[in-house]
Amino acid sequence: MELVEAIILSVLAASTPLLIAATGELVTERAGVLNLGVEGMMIVGAACGFGGAWLSGSTIIGALCGIIAGALLSLIFAMMTLGLAVNQVASGLALTILGIGLSGLIGAGFVGERITPAPHLHIPGLTDIPLIGRILFGEDPFIYLSLALIVAVWWFLYRTRPGLVLRACGDNHVSAHALGYPVLRIRTFAVMFGGACAGLAGAYLPLAYTPFFIPGMTAGRGWIALALVVFASWLPGRLVIGAYLFGAVTILQLHAQGAGVGIPSQFMSALPYLATVIVLVLISRARTGGSTAPAALGTVFVPDR
Amino acid sequence: MLNSAPDLHSTETPLLQTVGLTKRYGDFLANDRVDIEIWPRQIHALLGENGAGKSTLVKTIYGLIQPSEGEMLWQGKRMILSGPSEARSRGIGMVFQHFSLFDNLTVAENVALGLDGKETFKDMSARLEQVSNVYGLPLDPKREVWQLSVGERQRIEIVRALMQDPKFLILDEPTAVLTPQEADQLFIVLDRLKAEGRAILYISHKLEEVKRLCDTATILRLGKKVATCNPKAETASSLARMMVGTEIKEVRAGAERKITVPRLVVNDLSLEPDDPHGVRLQHISLELKGGEILGIAGVAGNGQDELFAALSGERLSQDPGTVVIEGVAAGHLSITQRRKLGAAFVPEERLGHGTAPRMKLSENALLTGHAASGMVQRGFINTTATLKTVDRATEAFDVRKAKRDPEAASLSGGNLQKFIVGREILRNPAVLVVSQPTWGVDAGAAAVIRQAVLDLAAAGAAVLVTSQDLDELAEITDRIAVMFHGRLSQPLATSEASREKLGLLMGGSSLDEREAAHAVGA
Repeated sequence: MELVEAIILSVLAASTPLLIAATGELVTERAGVLNLGVEGMMIVGAACGFGGAWLSGSTIIGALCGIIAGALLSLIFAMMTLGLAVNQVASGLALTILGIGLSGLIGAGFVGERITPAPHLHIPGLTDIPLIGRILFGEDPFIYLSLALIVAVWWFLYRTRPGLVLRACGDNHVSAHALGYPVLRIRTFAVMFGGACAGLAGAYLPLAYTPFFIPGMTAGRGWIALALVVFASWLPGRLVIGAYLFGAVTILQLHAQGAGVGIPSQFMSALPYLATVIVLVLISRARTGGSTAPAALGTVFVPDR
Repeated sequence: MLNSAPDLHSTETPLLQTVGLTKRYGDFLANDRVDIEIWPRQIHALLGENGAGKSTLVKTIYGLIQPSEGEMLWQGKRMILSGPSEARSRGIGMVFQHFSLFDNLTVAENVALGLDGKETFKDMSARLEQVSNVYGLPLDPKREVWQLSVGERQRIEIVRALMQDPKFLILDEPTAVLTPQEADQLFIVLDRLKAEGRAILYISHKLEEVKRLCDTATILRLGKKVATCNPKAETASSLARMMVGTEIKEVRAGAERKITVPRLVVNDLSLEPDDPHGVRLQHISLELKGGEILGIAGVAGNGQDELFAALSGERLSQDPGTVVIEGVAAGHLSITQRRKLGAAFVPEERLGHGTAPRMKLSENALLTGHAASGMVQRGFINTTATLKTVDRATEAFDVRKAKRDPEAASLSGGNLQKFIVGREILRNPAVLVVSQPTWGVDAGAAAVIRQAVLDLAAAGAAVLVTSQDLDELAEITDRIAVMFHGRLSQPLATSEASREKLGLLMGGSSLDEREAAHAVGA
């Protein structure tokens, strides 16, 4: 029982950065922009988040630093792809390379330092309930935040007018422009929201997951977040399921390795990525009826005036 | 000049007036000092060839484009529009030619996006149903747009515009995609809007329609206004003359063509679509002999694109016998192999499908001619031969271009279409499959292309023409079949194919009866 509880706790923690980053990317892609720079924004968020927390001694300030860093980096991407109409795939890949380099520079002084990890919630009585107490009422604040965030994004996209306009921009930017909506401004906000989420997801790693910073600590989580958005077919509900599924695969392979299952560890480490590929293939085969991807995804838009 | 009485409430000022309206793109004048007056209770036609500046003018009036010079007066007062929402708030509505709809959103969401969001979604949905019932334009607010027919999509656009209670409604080629019956229903709605005191600006290529419906017509040519007239007092050919500036050559059918052997046969072809919004082809059969021109009519999106792909070899069929070219079962053959059998294909999209936009004309000639025209020798491209093809097509089809071998994208639509049709016809194909040969092409170029198709058939080739322009099909084909929901009707002799008969088939009505009878028989 102890082991089950420990596994569930670590699955939740491993899934949270995936969920936060993918939530941001979902909003970006719903507006019609494909930002492949999630990994780069995450790693810069991790470096700045750790730096902020280490210098100030506050987890909240650390998280804010991560959010701001991610948003600023995404603003560079927005200026290139929206302002100058540069190819989004190339810009996104460049952003990742820039982010990895930048995080090494920012984080160089922090390597080897430690901070106090984010405190876990503790409600006397509730948290002490055996088995479910710690899982439901004893998590770190980011886990609750991530769930609130995805609910808020769902509500925004499907229950508010600005959300409808954002989806419309992703479906057909020519029509949205013809009806008088400021497509590029809306997309800029969507890209910056995606950047802020990626920055926060990156900051989660040193602030709550492991209380120190090492270069390259995002270890491909940004790419998994990107695949998750496709896996979820751009629907917030499925995104939650997908994020926890991928978190679970990551953790279970660790436990399987620990338990000495006779499968090469390299294969086990590759499992989450293999699962991504298999899921993408299954989804594209099973696709029927309405198309799931935002129709304008990844296409450049230049309004005529 | 004025033949409709101004509205009683407004005095002697027009609802909308443009004074010297000019729009400049670099050195190019899209609109050159255009003056136009719109009065209430008036259906005003705006006529002109492609590129005459009609779209630029209406986009300026709708606030999408800022004029370079000149001004607009709304009810006598100067009006400067910052964008479409300001135009809407003043009472200007627009129905776009290429619908401004969102395929993956519902009807109600699409309508909400065209309004200014001052009411709740629920109230808006209720009002949507009310307006659509009042005007006899039924819509289901919960369906997603991609599931709807073209006619239904246009209904959304019109209802969306009407929900703003506009004083002035702009319609950009509203009947281009409708069956004749659907167009008649639209005219009833427009007459009713006119009776309610609204003004309508009506853009159309169909001159008979304009004569029937409109009170006044303004004609643009090369960005300038050339005339304002009463279309009811003009003939279709006098209107066409004003639009084009010169007489248009009549297409001659030539002597009796010799009907020879079957060159293109389709046997019970069925094919699943490869894209989720596509149409399933069901049991399509046809036989086309040398010297014959068969037309395929139908509302866009009923499987014409899928049929073209199946004939050209972009989609392969499991059963080779479904497509037979020159007596050879070709259903499983690639595009190149079909070209080697003597087939040639002209797709609907000029840029991106018919040509690679950023490649030179000679390279584009090579792309379809490499297999069967001696342009490639021992793996090397013979540039002399490719350039010669360009020159021959240029000369035979009067392609106007700035230099000898420009990029495909730099040609105007009409000239590029002449080049593409010319490129295929110069290969002397035994079978030509051509989709929308004169879509968006000016009248002069259209006449050249239609004549070339007729001449090719006279020389013994079999020609299959898909078009939405019934007048075009009536002019050049021998028989016409209609596509509806992925099925092809029995062909009718063109002389017996009245607009009414074709319209019914395009709406799917009599096709279903025949099929029911067929099913009982089987």
